[in-house]
Amino acid sequence: MQLNDLLNHTSEWLKGTGPNSDIVISSRIRLARNLDKQIFPHWANKSQGQATLAAIKDGISRVDYLKRTMFFNLADIDSVDKQFLVERHLMSLEHAQKSDSKALAVDDEEIISIMINEEDHIRTQVMQSGFNLFEAWDIINEIDDALAKELNFAFLPDWGYLTACPTNAGTGMRGSVMLHLPALVMSRAIDRVMAAIAKLSFTTRGLYGEGTHAMGNFFQISNQVSLGPSENEIIESINGLIRQIIEQENQARENLVSKNGALLEDRINRSLGILKSARIISSQETVELLSMVRLGCDLGMIKNIDRRSINELFIITQPAHLQKKENKKLSSDERDLKRAELIRDKLNIH
Amino acid sequence: MLCNICGKNQATVHLTEIIDEQMNELHLCEECARQKSVAMEQQFGLSDLLAGMADFDKPEKESETPAGLKCPNCGLSYADFKKIGRLGCGTCYNAFSKYLGPLLKRIHGSTQHTGKSPLKAARGLKDSIDTQELRLRLQKAIEAEAFEEAARLRDQIKEIENKKEK
Repeated sequence: MQLNDLLNHTSEWLKGTGPNSDIVISSRIRLARNLDKQIFPHWANKSQGQATLAAIKDGISRVDYLKRTMFFNLADIDSVDKQFLVERHLMSLEHAQKSDSKALAVDDEEIISIMINEEDHIRTQVMQSGFNLFEAWDIINEIDDALAKELNFAFLPDWGYLTACPTNAGTGMRGSVMLHLPALVMSRAIDRVMAAIAKLSFTTRGLYGEGTHAMGNFFQISNQVSLGPSENEIIESINGLIRQIIEQENQARENLVSKNGALLEDRINRSLGILKSARIISSQETVELLSMVRLGCDLGMIKNIDRRSINELFIITQPAHLQKKENKKLSSDERDLKRAELIRDKLNIH
Repeated sequence: MLCNICGKNQATVHLTEIIDEQMNELHLCEECARQKSVAMEQQFGLSDLLAGMADFDKPEKESETPAGLKCPNCGLSYADFKKIGRLGCGTCYNAFSKYLGPLLKRIHGSTQHTGKSPLKAARGLKDSIDTQELRLRLQKAIEAEAFEEAARLRDQIKEIENKKEK
């Protein structure tokens, strides 16, 4: 499988299945690992970085579980391809910058991805559709055990896995859940919820992780503490919090329907109307309108369009995806035209 | 560069904030950063503040700060870590343990790992682990004078061999 084959493939996390998939888009676990004695990526020179990369590549190649992975040296692929991988959530924005000695391994289902020489030597992530952190943990734990057999990880009994930034030390684990919370945003209760989350030492981010802000009512919530509690305890604490937020969002949805049902239905259908007819549309507007349509599907106000198609539209309308599909560089204005065309194509079949 | 707030001290904490697509750079001295830390923590999150935070745990006098302290493995100085907030290698944790302990405590509220460990992880796959490979690792551990690690490996090899004999 090649990078271009991904274009016609639906990532596992976009399938719109799994528990609570009306509100929870995806669950993700990430583990940070470093090789003992090797210089961390930020300080490594080119030959040190290359040596680490070679050692890790070799380790990965000997893990049965990772036999079906694609390997990309980031120095070999262009900026559109890099952005394409970021839009698919297979790697971070940071990984797309300064590509010396950086690589990415992705399995063909797009469940597992391994960033090599990002902030840490190894950052493995496993993504699942819906509210499913424990399932993601089972997979990543197995991969990590197998890698630990092949590679010597930097570790201290008291402080756990040693990471480039002390904020990730200990388990090296970050569990994140991506939520769609339109009703909490519309009823202006979201600030109160976010303030409560921050107090409990969890972090909230936008659709594309660190440094991005909430767009289209999507929020990514993850643990901040990685040293002290065990992996299971961290997942339990995230799950407990997410369950409460799901309940609040459901409550807010019920309130909106019972008190402002007609208004809500009008707004949802107007959003669909614009998407079906627009000739020029920005990615920002697309995400905001798709958010409303997705809510309409969840509430049964829009029929004949399934969640998976909407999830896919969020991704294939992004800048790099449009350019990959057209197979050429497009200016922002050209993209807005192509985007509108693509959305009309996808939505007017129904 | 001087601090943007007091204009007197050298700025050592550098922050970039983006509000409505307007980028704004802030350069603060440790004193002003400390005063603003509560507000900033909410806005920027922990890792960005780390460089500054490393210094907030400084009860000692100036002479006792680890100016010349360097990691024996990678050569990174503690001062460089404070500037960037990124350590140089795993050994830095040992080299700077006196200062990283309080920092970890501040970040995570704990300094005791209870999660999985690579050794246990490898042991979980005991059927496929070859004692030959363990012997190689034992050799390396002895060469590196990592005697704790060596003792653990020796016990592990014994354990597997005992099982084989049975």
